[in-house]
Amino acid sequence: MAMKMIRDVIRDTIDAEMARDDSVIMLGEDIVGGNGSAGGPEAIGGIWGTSGGLWAKYGADRVIDTPISESAIIGAAAGAALTGKRAIAEIMFADFIGVCMDQIWNQVAKFRYMFGGKSRCPITIRMPYGAGFNAAPQHSQVIHQLVTAMPGLKVVMPTTPADTKGLLAQAIRDDDPVIFLEHKALYGVKGEVPDEDYVIPFGHARQVTQGDDITILATGMMVGLAENAAADLAQDGIGCDLLDLRTTSPLDEEAILDSVERTGRLLIVDEAPPRCSLATDLSALVAQKAFASLKSPIEMVTAPHSPVPFARELESAYLPSPDKIVAAAVKLMSYRRG
Amino acid sequence: MQLSREALIRAYRQMKTIRMFEERLHDEIALGEIAGFTHLYAGQEACAVGVCEHLGPKDYIISTHRGHGHCIAKGCDVIDMMKEIYGSRDGLCKGKGGSMHIADVGVGMLGANGIVGAGAPIAVGAGITAKSNGTVSIAFSGDGACNQGTTFEAMNMAVVLKLPVIFVFENNHYSEHTGEAYAVGAESMTARSAAFGMKAIKANGIDFFSVHEAMRELIEWCKGGNGPASIELDCERFYGHFEGDPQRYRGPGELDRIREERDCLKTFRARVTEAKLLDGTELDRVDAEVTDLIERAVAEARSAARPTAAQVVEDVYINY
Repeated sequence: MAMKMIRDVIRDTIDAEMARDDSVIMLGEDIVGGNGSAGGPEAIGGIWGTSGGLWAKYGADRVIDTPISESAIIGAAAGAALTGKRAIAEIMFADFIGVCMDQIWNQVAKFRYMFGGKSRCPITIRMPYGAGFNAAPQHSQVIHQLVTAMPGLKVVMPTTPADTKGLLAQAIRDDDPVIFLEHKALYGVKGEVPDEDYVIPFGHARQVTQGDDITILATGMMVGLAENAAADLAQDGIGCDLLDLRTTSPLDEEAILDSVERTGRLLIVDEAPPRCSLATDLSALVAQKAFASLKSPIEMVTAPHSPVPFARELESAYLPSPDKIVAAAVKLMSYRRG
Repeated sequence: MQLSREALIRAYRQMKTIRMFEERLHDEIALGEIAGFTHLYAGQEACAVGVCEHLGPKDYIISTHRGHGHCIAKGCDVIDMMKEIYGSRDGLCKGKGGSMHIADVGVGMLGANGIVGAGAPIAVGAGITAKSNGTVSIAFSGDGACNQGTTFEAMNMAVVLKLPVIFVFENNHYSEHTGEAYAVGAESMTARSAAFGMKAIKANGIDFFSVHEAMRELIEWCKGGNGPASIELDCERFYGHFEGDPQRYRGPGELDRIREERDCLKTFRARVTEAKLLDGTELDRVDAEVTDLIERAVAEARSAARPTAAQVVEDVYINY
């Protein structure tokens, strides 16, 4: 066991996967950095500190520093993956998905289907995402709701250092395309990480807290906020069954439904705006498949139907918070059938 | 370089197969036999065959919405292609892709593609693999795709990474229903490619020998570690953008003229018979064999098994 930050776990996991499999390559803007400059290569090592030292170790044919060309980054990773490589592509901010959406949505996600099951595209698209840095509307968004809706993609949202290692190793070894979403606010989170090699299979939620009163579903940075709220609620005698979904596609329906059938109350915390979102999707799932168990209407704490604002006060007001989660939980508990 | 008789016959057979495949599809579509959107490649055969005759299964190509010719030239099975276009579950892509998505990664054919300009970035990635294999990657694009930003990104990245990628621009002078003179802002597509910092040449796309010779030079160049290259092929599209296109953008007599004066198959036959490289009866024999092949393909496609509803959700993932 070692104490590590998530950003270092990502770097070390990529390193380990590149060492165990020569076909693994990675591409992205400034993942090396400094090429063509007086400072020289590796002057940056990835703006998130997730690729430092890999270029020196594996060379420019495997750690491929690219121009700012998101479509070409994803296209190149896709073409390499279709022809025998195992590609890791980094999109520096998830918000830039708009530039390369065609390659993700019409190409990568659909190759195997369009080609009658006769191709394989083992690509991991890593995307730092999320709000909390006053980075304004184009550098703060979540995009899991977009990619979860796309058949052909798997979507992973790790929240702990130990999970990050096992989920990223699984993503890189997976033969299907994987969108690997790294919350920017979690890069500095530290935790114990087992030393041995392991993978965490997709589609299995992590039980964060146990309780019999409310099921809380969360992903990414929302998990930590919900954990804080659950601690407060526990002091008031309200027990929360908090599930970190870990992957939104595939989805651990069984864990969700089992929990709701036990608690009878559902609270969903989602960093995305509310329309056509993960929150509404989970809500529909439970309404369809566990309706009889529900003791109250489903509650959601989400961002509002607005872009992510810049100013500190505005961004704080935009984001879900432990207080908002506690308020929603209290509302759930006080519901009485009219 | 003088090609052997076998190589000449093979090239002619490939071009003739594409032509007859497309002409037959034109007829079958008019009869209502085939669903969906189909974009025919007839007229441009010398381009696909002139390029692909140099390639092996570890060389990669990616194609366009007008992809049947590239598929045949790269070695996709003609009967399985026809079954795919008819939507059979025994088609090359199990009826999931249809005309616009025919692919056979096993022969290095990375797919026709319904999105104009999507192919070039993927060809750059195949170029990463090709660089490690000592092979080449070919991006077929048209004069339409040459204006997409994705194509620009791909060309720049291939130059930056010095990859063995050849950008083949088949200039049939129409991007969908709009003339090249309007839509391509640059003075010349070739000059624009050169401006990206790659070797860029132009060849006569209705002359198989012009394409084939030019490609020999470019493939050697790319395999020599010199980075990517580009070629513009001046060619003609004998049918509309899609089947059913009334082609009101064509000038009076334009189609009759290009079919008469700029037909790559007529050009090939005249060239090889006048030079006494092959005689007409040998070519006639190929014509008869290809006629039989296409007849068989259509007959088999018509009676091939239809997909079932349960197959809708198959092959979305390898494992989910």
